Amino acid sequence: MIVLEKRPQPSQAWSLATPLVAVLATMFFGGLLFAALGKNPVEAIMTIFWEPLFGEFSFYYRPQLLVKGAPLVLIAIGLSLGFKAGIWNIGAEGQYIMGAIVGAGVGLAFYPLEAWYIFPLMVIGGALGGWAWAMIPAFLKVRFGTNEILVSLMLVYVAEQMLASVSLGLLKNPEGFGFPGSRNFQSYASAYNADLIEGSGMHWGVVAAFIAVIFAYVLLNRHMLGFHIRLTGEAPRAARFAGVNPARLILFCLGLSGALAGLAGLFEVSGPSGQVSIDFNVGYGFTAIIVAFLGRLHPVGILLAGSLMALTYIGGEIAQSEMGLPAAAIQVFQGMLLFFLLAFDLLTNYRLRLALKEVA
Amino acid sequence: MDLSEINPVLLIASLMVAATPLLLAAIGELVVEKAGVLNLGVEGMMIIGAICGFAITVETGSTFVGFLAAALGGAVLSLLFVLLTQVALANQVASGLALTLFGLGLSALMGQSYVGVKPPDTPELNIPGLSDLPVVGPILFSHDLVLYFGIALIAAVWAVLKFTRVGLILRAVGENHDAAHALGYKVIRIRVLAIMFGGACAGLGGAYISLVRVPQWTEGMTAGIGWIALALVVFASWKPWRVLLGAYLFGGITVLQLNLQAAGVAIPVEYLAMSPYIITILVLVILSADKSSAPASLGRIFHASH
Amino acid sequence: MKFTTLLATAAMTLGMATAGIAQDKTKVGFVYVGPVGDGGWTYEHDKGRQAVEAEFGDQVETVFVESVPEGPDSERVMTQMALDGADLIFTTSFGYMDPTINVAKKFPKVKFEHATGYKTAPNVSVYSARFYEGRAVQGHIAGKMTKSNIIGYIGSYPIPEVIRGINSAYIHAKKVNPDVEFKIVWAYTWFDPAKEADAATVLIEQGADVILQHTDSTAPQAAAQDAGNVITFGQASDMSEYAPMPRVSSIIDDWAPYYIARTKAVMDGTWETANTWDGIGPGMVKIGEISDAVPTDVKEEALAMKAAIADGSYHPFTGPLKKQDGSDWLAEGEVADDGTLAGMNFYVEGLEGEIPQ
Repeated sequence: MIVLEKRPQPSQAWSLATPLVAVLATMFFGGLLFAALGKNPVEAIMTIFWEPLFGEFSFYYRPQLLVKGAPLVLIAIGLSLGFKAGIWNIGAEGQYIMGAIVGAGVGLAFYPLEAWYIFPLMVIGGALGGWAWAMIPAFLKVRFGTNEILVSLMLVYVAEQMLASVSLGLLKNPEGFGFPGSRNFQSYASAYNADLIEGSGMHWGVVAAFIAVIFAYVLLNRHMLGFHIRLTGEAPRAARFAGVNPARLILFCLGLSGALAGLAGLFEVSGPSGQVSIDFNVGYGFTAIIVAFLGRLHPVGILLAGSLMALTYIGGEIAQSEMGLPAAAIQVFQGMLLFFLLAFDLLTNYRLRLALKEVA
Repeated sequence: MDLSEINPVLLIASLMVAATPLLLAAIGELVVEKAGVLNLGVEGMMIIGAICGFAITVETGSTFVGFLAAALGGAVLSLLFVLLTQVALANQVASGLALTLFGLGLSALMGQSYVGVKPPDTPELNIPGLSDLPVVGPILFSHDLVLYFGIALIAAVWAVLKFTRVGLILRAVGENHDAAHALGYKVIRIRVLAIMFGGACAGLGGAYISLVRVPQWTEGMTAGIGWIALALVVFASWKPWRVLLGAYLFGGITVLQLNLQAAGVAIPVEYLAMSPYIITILVLVILSADKSSAPASLGRIFHASH
Repeated sequence: MKFTTLLATAAMTLGMATAGIAQDKTKVGFVYVGPVGDGGWTYEHDKGRQAVEAEFGDQVETVFVESVPEGPDSERVMTQMALDGADLIFTTSFGYMDPTINVAKKFPKVKFEHATGYKTAPNVSVYSARFYEGRAVQGHIAGKMTKSNIIGYIGSYPIPEVIRGINSAYIHAKKVNPDVEFKIVWAYTWFDPAKEADAATVLIEQGADVILQHTDSTAPQAAAQDAGNVITFGQASDMSEYAPMPRVSSIIDDWAPYYIARTKAVMDGTWETANTWDGIGPGMVKIGEISDAVPTDVKEEALAMKAAIADGSYHPFTGPLKKQDGSDWLAEGEVADDGTLAGMNFYVEGLEGEIPQ
């Protein structure tokens, strides 16, 4: 029988190899699925993974990868710091929405004034909106010991209702013929988060995501706070002896992840999305949790995981329209990818060994 | 505006129906969490149950077989979660989310040929005399059997957890898996069974939506009820009877707000729709004083390596 | 602007490279907001797409992407279709309006058709259906058939399209039954079968014996069937599996004739930008078969009204009509203009309650 044996040190080699193995396994089983649906499996896999990067129109899809991946990475970086310390914020979707509402609200309050300071104010508003929303579970946890997983999750639904409410009321475009949704920021230059170089996909949100990756890397590897975060996650008691203030750490981690999620929401609403609408949120906050884990809670890993997720989204859309694959098949395919990535991670921390005798 | 138009008897009877899918999924998840596992994939297991139950009912013409298939479907899907979290020791939060994504996709693929099909009716209890009684008749004696089964399940889970050895072991595993392991209990095996029970219950809840409450099959038809079930478990502070109470409260708020609207009361719908979640948070805060309520090992990975 | 040129060049290069094939095959793309299996809105659009394939056979190739979120994702899907050589793209949700305009700017050679919006461009048309015409016929039947004089109405979100439907149904129910009362419930969702079922049940419990719905699932039909003496109308699709009772008739979105006509126009090179708002007359809105549960005389009146609307001799919003607050809206014989109808945000006189804001 096979037994698991914990490695004294996580295997460096396996931690690099497992994502590759997982992707290959997904390609194989995904291929079987596509074949079962009567499509050419090789062509489908090629379309998903190859087309967006090196296909005929990759000049368009590559920037789109940035647009799709940036919010995922930005949110996941914030979440990963908390996850490392054992602080579970799974309500990033709500913080993303609140960041967008507050940030957009700030911008719309100035309409139609054109001034250089409007966009920076919106950015601050977005970060504050997400931060404040995350401070609710943080405060409750510090003050009453309330479980932050559940409070942050509950607040997602509250935020969704708020979004519907402002789309139909407070932020509704007065010139929109009564239809729900705010003004479009594309036609409001001072508040529009445009591509920095046109067609590059590089808007401020992408820049922020890259900065966040570097910031998190430095924080975790070069800074005392990063050490405290890791220590708290791995050995909470030792952390307390080392003088870590758990309450302050909770406030910091939840606050930061909320602020980053809020920023992601603001950059999205003022840029690619352009307006506040009832269906503005498309699940980035939840997908980012998966991205954080796929990236092994490591900043560079998250960057890669975010790009991979973005790739399957964009490649999946191409496969739908070019090959007539149903959207559900793409969803199952993504699910498989996550399963394999999570499952094979085992090999990083454990060794499989054949044992002749049963071990209790 | 005329509040007298709201018939409290009918209101209670219909909120019981509205609450049933929630109740089924939540009682399953309660057992899972009592065993120390957090499975966020309830929504995925529900929708798989919804399509399995629907498809099998349409094919066989028997709702009983359909519900059985739904429970089986939910349990089989939960095995994926077992594989990830109990065998491969993956993170439970991420695995649960992946399970939901996978379940939503798979159910849509399975259900492609069932869109627009009308399922056979689910028989309702009709006891001559009793079902016709005023007030208690509509509330107690005129529902479908699954609704009664849900309430019975609550009672059963409560009794098992409180009075039996199985319940004791389950709670021990959830409170401190290392200690339970040291005592010689098979932690993994118990958790696997608990997770499968949770999957089966979620599947039943899903099938209740596609076979009784709506009844039809459409993609994504569970529309977030699985997530509310997760909230409900916490709201109930892991106590079975409070799940029943909570399910009626959550179901009740939806039905009540629709009732108020129909009676012409100008209510801010969004704010009322938020209220169950805000109440849950308040309950959480109040419960936090009582540290004993949440299973201590909830969400933590167990590996018997030492 | 450089990027735009790049895209255009790429599209042109592609156009030349594949010119041989492109000559005989017209490529038509469809962007859907829901899954094709939703049994309602997207389902009907996809039937339209299939009709295009059936009509032109090998001369066309249709592609579609389902469940596309409004916003940047939809913009990417449209761009991708355009890059891939689509000649005509139908974008079938209101929220695709700005993305459609944006993509259309980058691909001046590609024709775009946006459903239910109001922004047009030289290569962007908009089209929508006058569902309120069907609502008038429904209102007439409902007013005649109700015994409790209470008609329940399930709305999705308080937007002009839904409000227009409520007003139209109310005016015609009131005309034949002065005692009629409307109970309106907002579900605040486009799609949540369980909630729709709850809403229908609530309305029935409060005495409604006619349920009109502006949500797409059959859940209210099933609730009505359960209750017994309640009638309903199919919405978006025929829902004939619930006929003859409770479903006594239906409003069907039939996009097929329009999609076929527009595809033909692209093939012939006669496509021009247009703002189409068609109703019963051109066949974009169909009235599903009126079942035997409706008395013969009521059925005949309803069909007569349908015919009058179809040939243009009757407009559902004909004065004298007042707004809810009692102020005058339309004078005797005056007909509502399309602008007011498109942005309708008020109830007509007699309806109770406020439109939530």
